[in-house]
Amino acid sequence: MTPKKTSPSTSPLIGAEQIALLERLSNAVAVSGAEHEVRKIVMAEIKDLADDIKVDALGNVLATKHARQEPALRVMLAAHMDEVGFMLVDGEDGLYEFATVGGIDVRQLPGKTVLVGKDHLPGVIGAKPIHHTTADERRNAISLDSLRIDVGNENGKKVHPGDRATFATRFQQLGPSLVGKALDDRLGVVTLIELLRHAPAHIELLAAFTVQEEVGLRGARVAGYALDPQLAFALDSTPAGDLPSWDGAESPRYNTRLDGGPAIYVADQGTLSDPRLIQHLLQTAETFGIPCQIRQPGGGGTDAGAIHKQRAGIPVVSVSVPGRYAHTAALVARLDDWQHTLALMVHALERLTPAILEQER
Amino acid sequence: MAEIKDFLKNLLSLPGLSGYEDPVRAVIREAWQPLVDELSVSRIGSLHGLKKGFGDEPRPRILLSAHMDAIGMIVTGIEAGLLRFTEIGGVDARILPGQPVTVHGRRELPGYVVQPPGWLLPEDQPTNKAVEMKYLFVDTGLRAAEVNELVRVGDLVSFAQPPIELTGDLLAGHSLDNRASVAAVTACLQELQHIRHIWDVWAVASVQEEETLGGAYTSPFAIRPDLAVAIDVTFARGPGSPANYSTFPLGKGVTLGWGPNIHPALYEAFKKLAEKLDMPYHDDLMPRMSGTDAMGIQVVAEGIPTMVLSMPIRYMHTPVEVVSMKDIARTGHLMAQFIAELPVDYMQSLRWDDES
Repeated sequence: MTPKKTSPSTSPLIGAEQIALLERLSNAVAVSGAEHEVRKIVMAEIKDLADDIKVDALGNVLATKHARQEPALRVMLAAHMDEVGFMLVDGEDGLYEFATVGGIDVRQLPGKTVLVGKDHLPGVIGAKPIHHTTADERRNAISLDSLRIDVGNENGKKVHPGDRATFATRFQQLGPSLVGKALDDRLGVVTLIELLRHAPAHIELLAAFTVQEEVGLRGARVAGYALDPQLAFALDSTPAGDLPSWDGAESPRYNTRLDGGPAIYVADQGTLSDPRLIQHLLQTAETFGIPCQIRQPGGGGTDAGAIHKQRAGIPVVSVSVPGRYAHTAALVARLDDWQHTLALMVHALERLTPAILEQER
Repeated sequence: MAEIKDFLKNLLSLPGLSGYEDPVRAVIREAWQPLVDELSVSRIGSLHGLKKGFGDEPRPRILLSAHMDAIGMIVTGIEAGLLRFTEIGGVDARILPGQPVTVHGRRELPGYVVQPPGWLLPEDQPTNKAVEMKYLFVDTGLRAAEVNELVRVGDLVSFAQPPIELTGDLLAGHSLDNRASVAAVTACLQELQHIRHIWDVWAVASVQEEETLGGAYTSPFAIRPDLAVAIDVTFARGPGSPANYSTFPLGKGVTLGWGPNIHPALYEAFKKLAEKLDMPYHDDLMPRMSGTDAMGIQVVAEGIPTMVLSMPIRYMHTPVEVVSMKDIARTGHLMAQFIAELPVDYMQSLRWDDES
């Protein structure tokens, strides 16, 4: 008898409710080091899904859903709550100098709207009028030190240096796509919440909603230590660079492709994924007819890079939803890819047993 | 003024690129309907509103011209479901990556301007170089097959950044150049409802200023005013702007144009009036040309004495232009009071310095 194949694109796991949650999370502001808004939403969403929930010294949410049968396998799943953004560093009378937090291409900033501070005060990042520029000048990028966040004539009453800011983008569904800011890694956050909901009985599920991934994987590091798992998965979003080259040619370098399904990491800047886990994911995808792709080995990284070196070592792999234009005002991901990512993880956990670790790496 | 702000926010939520002004014209027409006696549309799309004066016929005419067209983009090619484009009006490509837009295809498609990764650009472009417009795309989130069905080369792409209110009665949005001036003209028409002015007032929302000055050349020919005022935006002092004669403090008053596009006696008249009204103003020196409808209006038919009034805005020609609602109110009030005081024989008093 052949295994029963599911049809993940019609999987009930991600529907209107999950997309609505993604929308709330995408519109929330949680720049690295100030993740409270997303943490609050996560805490409310998981309170009935986990047996034990705590917030640690760095602000990570660590939630455990106990196994209900033996032999149990302690599996950590990590998704980061933080997003790239800005911190106001100087200024007054409504015009503020700012620093970037996380990897942001400064060329993405001129002419954008932002939300500033806890009250989400609207602001804009303007640019010199084209009338005042020269053709030579327009060949160079506008430098960060010449940009200001402009909140109007508020005379320093409502915002202050030290406040965080981020893009003001509102989440949208455009045809087959999910478009919004911070989908890196709010996609992973919702995926992780759903995995808590669908945790198989034989898995001791250790969920880490981490902080400060974008500034150095700091949350994942202490979460990996504290949760002490036997193996771990990082759930993230990875760039899809599947655009035509400037001369119209198809580029051999794309990292991942939209519509290619979840991206499985083999190697990135900080991690050589555990081959047993890679094989397990690939076999799961094949068994259940779930499309997936191998992320082109190269730079970049996820929480896995910090987790795998904790304690005596933790086997890890990362699974990401591909997304174009990460770390800009708007990331474009496909709903299908996200659904396939969750389906792959649900089935991978169901099939996962302690036997996977008996074989030496 | 709350009403004017809502009207302006509505205008800032609409497309209406140069040569394709109908979406914004429809909303201006609705606002002007109760404020004027006659409304018409010119052969090339400018909106003409006539508010009749109370003088005996034939009455002298003043034309108020505010262009309603906006800068934007137009599709030049489609590659793998992504759109190549070029500009309509002056657009600095450096403000585009990450910009929300609407593609006006077979239906309206929301999308974003996107910047491809450096390795897909010639010579793996470094991050300190701006990415040229020809290398940017618009991504609609749709797959290639659907894009090919819905979008054609030549379709328009307009900015979709919704207007936002900043603190201090400031408004930010795309196309404040020059819909801030359309709002000021509308405020003027509102004030004129309570004034027995002698002159006929022709309010014009003109077309194609950003590309051809088409409206500025043609509406005055059809209307043949005795005097004209072009209302436009000018540069506010602020981040990125030079701190010289060409920039003005935001929210600190209207600017009065001075230079070859402007009739000096009209400038003097507006200056005297601003002083009488105790209204803050600055001189906007335009040594060669004004960059406004005045350039066209001035040379229509036998020539028309023309004035330029402006409101300073920050970040001109970006989708986050910033204007002070106060300056819009001042501009409307100054025009209305000027019209209120125009005597029937004003043209006889409009003289050159060297005339006796």
